[in-house]
Amino acid sequence: MNTQMKTIKNIGYILTFLGFLFFAGSIFTGSYKVTPEAYTNWINSKGIKSEYFIENTQKAIVDKEMSAWALSHEIIDQAKASNEFQKKQTEIDWNKIIHIKWNKTSKEYIFPLVKAAATGWFVDNTALWFFLTFGLAIIGGLMVFIPDYKLLGPAGIKNNGIFQHSATNRGIVGFVAAFFFVSFYVLLYFFPNYIVNPILAVDGISKSLSGNPASQWFLYGFMYCSVMTVFAVRMFIKYRHNKYQLIRTGVVLFFQIAFAFLLPEILVAFNQPWFDFKNAWPLNYSFFFDWNINGLISSGNLGIFMFVWGILLTVIIVPVMVYFYGKRWYCSWVCGCGGLAETLGDPYRQLSDKSLFSWKVERWLIHTVLAFATIMTLLTLYIYFAEIPSWKELFWGISVYDVQTLYGFLIGSIFSGVIGTGFYPILGNRVWCRFGCPLAAYMGLVQRFKSRFRITTNGGQCISCGNCSTYCEQGIDVRSYAQKGQNIVRSSCVGCGVCSAVCPRGVLKLENGPNTDASRTEVSDVTLGNDIDLLEMLKKND
Amino acid sequence: MKNVVIIGNGIAGVTAARHIRKKSDHKITIISGETDYFFSRTALMYIFMGHMKFEHTQPYENWFWKKNRIDLVKAFVTKVDTVSKTVSLDNNTNLNYDDLIIATGSKPNKFGWPGQDLKGVSGMYSKQDLDAITESSKDCHRAVIVGGGLIGIEMAEMLASKNIPVTFLVRETSFWNGVLPEGESDMVNRHIREHHIDLKLQTGLSEIISDENGRAKAIVTDKGETIACNLVGLTAGVSPNIDFLKDSTIELGRGVMVNRKLETSVPNVYAIGDCAQQHEGIGERRPIEAVWYTGKMMGETVARTICGEPSDYTPGHWFNSAKFLDIEYQTYGWVWAQPKENEGRFYWEHKDGKKCVHFNYDKNTRKFIGLNTFGIRLRHNMFDKWLKEERSVEHVLEHLKDANFDPEFYDQHETEILEKFNQENNTNLVSKKKSWKRILQNAINL
Repeated sequence: MNTQMKTIKNIGYILTFLGFLFFAGSIFTGSYKVTPEAYTNWINSKGIKSEYFIENTQKAIVDKEMSAWALSHEIIDQAKASNEFQKKQTEIDWNKIIHIKWNKTSKEYIFPLVKAAATGWFVDNTALWFFLTFGLAIIGGLMVFIPDYKLLGPAGIKNNGIFQHSATNRGIVGFVAAFFFVSFYVLLYFFPNYIVNPILAVDGISKSLSGNPASQWFLYGFMYCSVMTVFAVRMFIKYRHNKYQLIRTGVVLFFQIAFAFLLPEILVAFNQPWFDFKNAWPLNYSFFFDWNINGLISSGNLGIFMFVWGILLTVIIVPVMVYFYGKRWYCSWVCGCGGLAETLGDPYRQLSDKSLFSWKVERWLIHTVLAFATIMTLLTLYIYFAEIPSWKELFWGISVYDVQTLYGFLIGSIFSGVIGTGFYPILGNRVWCRFGCPLAAYMGLVQRFKSRFRITTNGGQCISCGNCSTYCEQGIDVRSYAQKGQNIVRSSCVGCGVCSAVCPRGVLKLENGPNTDASRTEVSDVTLGNDIDLLEMLKKND
Repeated sequence: MKNVVIIGNGIAGVTAARHIRKKSDHKITIISGETDYFFSRTALMYIFMGHMKFEHTQPYENWFWKKNRIDLVKAFVTKVDTVSKTVSLDNNTNLNYDDLIIATGSKPNKFGWPGQDLKGVSGMYSKQDLDAITESSKDCHRAVIVGGGLIGIEMAEMLASKNIPVTFLVRETSFWNGVLPEGESDMVNRHIREHHIDLKLQTGLSEIISDENGRAKAIVTDKGETIACNLVGLTAGVSPNIDFLKDSTIELGRGVMVNRKLETSVPNVYAIGDCAQQHEGIGERRPIEAVWYTGKMMGETVARTICGEPSDYTPGHWFNSAKFLDIEYQTYGWVWAQPKENEGRFYWEHKDGKKCVHFNYDKNTRKFIGLNTFGIRLRHNMFDKWLKEERSVEHVLEHLKDANFDPEFYDQHETEILEKFNQENNTNLVSKKKSWKRILQNAINL
């Protein structure tokens, strides 16, 4: 029985590997041919004014079969040459200068043209191509995890070998995985022009959902949901004895697929704004940006409802829910970032740093990001109501647009994506949620000072083994509280419930009780097992 | 300012050190030859299984000791001279003390079996034991565990987790049935076998046979069966680790004899934890208690005494816990393997055979005496309260929902449990809804 299961598992590994190999390998292949119409559309839509660039680039690329790399480099080279040419003119026409920035030009200028220029096998065989990438990876992934139902033995905590395996103990496999994750995020955020072939794999699905061809964000969304689904199956098997984990995993997967992926695409199909109803400011940092506000309030009643809902969500729903249930209702039941962390990230949860030092870093960093997000939003609202254009200098040579761009780059892309997810196999699965997420910081304040939520410690039963601290993805030293018999109330706790699950002595319970303040963490000496004569002690202290 | 020397960096010694530091400015030195820093002995198995690394079992970061001015000395103590108040170390240095705390824990029992000191034969108590087991497990084709207690089943689980075939010799007729009543013990028997561990009941060890390199290659059971194996775990209980005190003036029994203040026969010398032996067991407790929790309590008590607040060791109501492979066990109060004359019992087992609760009460007064729970977590604080308030078994059963400590959404069995009790006792008890008010209330002083 177990041998057959192992065979299935090994075939699964091979299929998954092939899927990923095709996916990643396709970056280095494929041909792109820019048609004259596509070229003209592109020039017009990007508002390019330099005749020098328009003419020379046309000669260089139109109606020629090229690779994505050659095409992209040609456009950059032409733009540079054009800028040099313009700057040599006696009177420089600044409208004809093409601004080149490494983190913007590829995604904003080059990507749409490359996407439109795709030809050949990948375009003609989208269904087969989908099967060879997503199909193989998903089927393979399921074949890897489902045999665990038998292989792991009777239901229970089976963290066997986690710190002895290269993939989950910062070994070579972990570093290779991190390299691939980081590379993917860098390409996705800054150079989508090189991942057009992977995007083509989901073109058909995008068209059938919203009617539009797939963007890099559709690829990301679809991939996100697939990965979460496969790893949710892993969670369902691993924690089949633990109903809290089963329900939580099911719910967070539902919110990702229904609210973050399907519903927004369906809205677009009905000519409504793309909107994720569960994405609350300040995690959704662009909610109050002028283009978003204008886009929503110009979209009729539904758009206005979305705008009001977004405000209600942040101002009322989030804090009230945190008061009743702790921030877990969001972070590990609803949130997309949390959803990925709790599925794909689960094998890496033990890698979070538990030192006191890292707790200090955490508090400084996450509250700084919250302050940054708040200030940026206040500035945005100020210029919105004062009707100042966002590109106009506000102070010290900085415009609000600059502030927004900086936040989007540093926090939105680098911190939450490249570091937050890319470094799962090195730093653990909740780096973003612990150190960076401004919404988590906001909810953390409510949870810490006024909430019914706490992790109750079961009297004196703790044996200081350290499983709870080791498997806390948020780097909370749970044991340091449990061994004192003190309940745990920490702003960073996302209530994943794994400390309670891995405890061999039944010491920890996530619960919501009637006392909501500091009394949640009062230690009762009596439950530590020592019968102290309290009256006598009082007398002595007098 | 006194000079306090503590021998042993386990839970008892370290708890004493921490509390002495909290209460005083005394100079504190902890001596241990086992490891540089305090670690949780109960977690050694998880290192072997790969759930944790050794550093994860250390409850305090390494800077903690210096910051709290607790000096650590890595050495074994060879001799204690209570006249000159010095301890001699195996690195040929001596340390003076004003107060000495002996907290050296236990060592695995060996009953003079032939071959008990061969390579590949080990107890499962110290870091050194773990290292030895890790080494000999690398090429292990079968392991035999001798002795069916808490450490034995842990060791069986460890080795089985590495897909090593395990034979588990248990001298008793059923696993740990000197402590567990029949129902619970049988449940664990079944669970051990479910994990494909070859459980041999009523079987002991006769001898261990060596190969040509001095490593175990087989064992012979007391039934004459030879089992080929190259790893043997000796887990037939532990006894106080006090050999180095043989030549001292301190009174010894099986452990270091202490009074209720944990003072030994020699002034300024104390003993705590597994190695301490009470002249008479406290209440129903054994004179030697080799349990994590009691080590902690004794450490705290002795700290009070040393810091000028002489205190008796007064453990509260008994509690303990363990995990048998996948099944968690907690106990509150007393449930003996065999009921005493005045005791009534009520046992409920879930149909999946992996959960049960066993109540013990006084047949005449209906007073609740204790409970075993398997596969259902219960709230320590509630049972401590009920035991203090001397509640009846009916009261406990009616309010059992207050004590449920399982994670949210778990199936709850209180109603089913109560129905069975009603049937057996012709009662009409009704389960009370969980009340936070009762949970948060302190015990009523009687």
